[in-house]
Amino acid sequence: MDREADVAEARIDQGESPFRANFALGENSSATPDAGAPQQIAVTAKDVSVFYGKKQALFSVNLNIERNRVTALIGPSGCGKSTFLRCINRMNDTIEGCRVTGEIKLDGTDIYGRGIDVVQLRARVGMVFQKPNPFPKSIYENVAYGPRIHGLAANGRELDDIVEQSLRRAGLFDEVSDRLNTPGTSLSGGQQQRLCIARAIAISPEVILMDEPCSALDPIATAKVEELIDELREHFTIAIVTHNMQQAARVSQYTAFFHLGNLVEFGPTEHIFTNPTEERTQDYITGRFG
Amino acid sequence: MTVHIVKSFDEELNRMTGEIAQMGGFVEEQIMASVNALVRRDSDKAQEVIAKDKRIDALEDEVEQMALRLLALRQPLAADLRLVTTAVKIAADLERMGDYAANVAKRALTLNKLDPVRPVNSVPRIAELVQGMVKDVLDAFVERDVEKALAVWRRDEDVDAYYNSLFRELLTYMMEDPHHITPCIHMLFIAKNLERIGDHATNIAEQVNFLVRGKPVEEARPKGDLTAYSTPES
Repeated sequence: MDREADVAEARIDQGESPFRANFALGENSSATPDAGAPQQIAVTAKDVSVFYGKKQALFSVNLNIERNRVTALIGPSGCGKSTFLRCINRMNDTIEGCRVTGEIKLDGTDIYGRGIDVVQLRARVGMVFQKPNPFPKSIYENVAYGPRIHGLAANGRELDDIVEQSLRRAGLFDEVSDRLNTPGTSLSGGQQQRLCIARAIAISPEVILMDEPCSALDPIATAKVEELIDELREHFTIAIVTHNMQQAARVSQYTAFFHLGNLVEFGPTEHIFTNPTEERTQDYITGRFG
Repeated sequence: MTVHIVKSFDEELNRMTGEIAQMGGFVEEQIMASVNALVRRDSDKAQEVIAKDKRIDALEDEVEQMALRLLALRQPLAADLRLVTTAVKIAADLERMGDYAANVAKRALTLNKLDPVRPVNSVPRIAELVQGMVKDVLDAFVERDVEKALAVWRRDEDVDAYYNSLFRELLTYMMEDPHHITPCIHMLFIAKNLERIGDHATNIAEQVNFLVRGKPVEEARPKGDLTAYSTPES
């Protein structure tokens, strides 16, 4: 039997799309060793357009986000990268006059379909924002809040475990274990951001969206968050918007470049930063236009 | 390609290209000067070539330092990144070419103390060819012209052909009279040095290809140096 067909079949058996990841790519589209073996697709975006009133902000974007990989979204301000990110957990619903067309699937389910509970969706797709925004509550309560309202813990002890494990995964536990009852806002900026990440992962989401998570942090705190991102991808799928090209290069396995509402190029990060296919990508990452 | 938003970045990249071009110019000069010193039996000229090799070494150091600084301070990406890495490699190739030219000059000094040998006449032909390759491949680098670079890359076959025939000629001279062996061996090394310069020019051609296209040359390079298989009988 044809071996290649065999492999392809096996992949489909695992529920994996045979045409993954490479929509806007040219000839050098093969995944690099850095991107690793092909993974299942966590999020599929098909023909996604977004309108703010009459103004179109995103034009027919097709993009697959692989499971347990970090996908970086880069591009100049106003290019649509944050808009796209916010489509994935329907944060755009909260914006007056915002309309999303096309299809976004999370594990094969259309998240804009009927009967989708947005609150449940956001439990599966967590988000971390640019500015650390802990609740005005204790460190413990910041992390415990989500699991509690989603009923993820049967008793106080289980909740304690979830809080501890989330803080550990966020690399924060050792720094705060002796003051879990102090306000989250008393922490430093970098710690606050890791607290927000702990809060996001406490409800065991599948996907974590990060919108410029380090732009308000100093280099040391940034490095800690980047290290954390790399560890988190073992359990989660991560999409990160960043203005820092070096950060995209450091933390992601796949990079998508947006410009003027279009997805210009998408591919393995290594490829995008060493030999992009599209001239616009090249101009942007080498600092040739603003 | 469009210019950088930060102009000083462009200036630095251009300066690095300029340094490479200057190195190439020096190497060309050295190749011709060393062969002239040989043909005209001009020992002063040969000494001059040996002394001038330092200029090329210094430029290589400079290119290396510029590259390090660019990497540290500018974090170049994509084509800019490829320019920085290829510049370092090209500078290393040029530096080695300079060494070969200096070695030709050193052997010219030795040959000038011996009786002239006839095959000396085909050495300038090889020198001319490789000097042309160096010139064209550096033009290709400055102009980012892949086709020109690949033309140089293929031209190395001609150098190999000349080298092969000189090799055979030298063998017959040496068989004729053992007294010819010393000058002929030096001559053989001189030819080999020039042939190696051609090989380094093909390396640079490959770097130019990578710089522009971001991937290695796909075709196999024609190889014409058959002397590894030669015997006096063949």
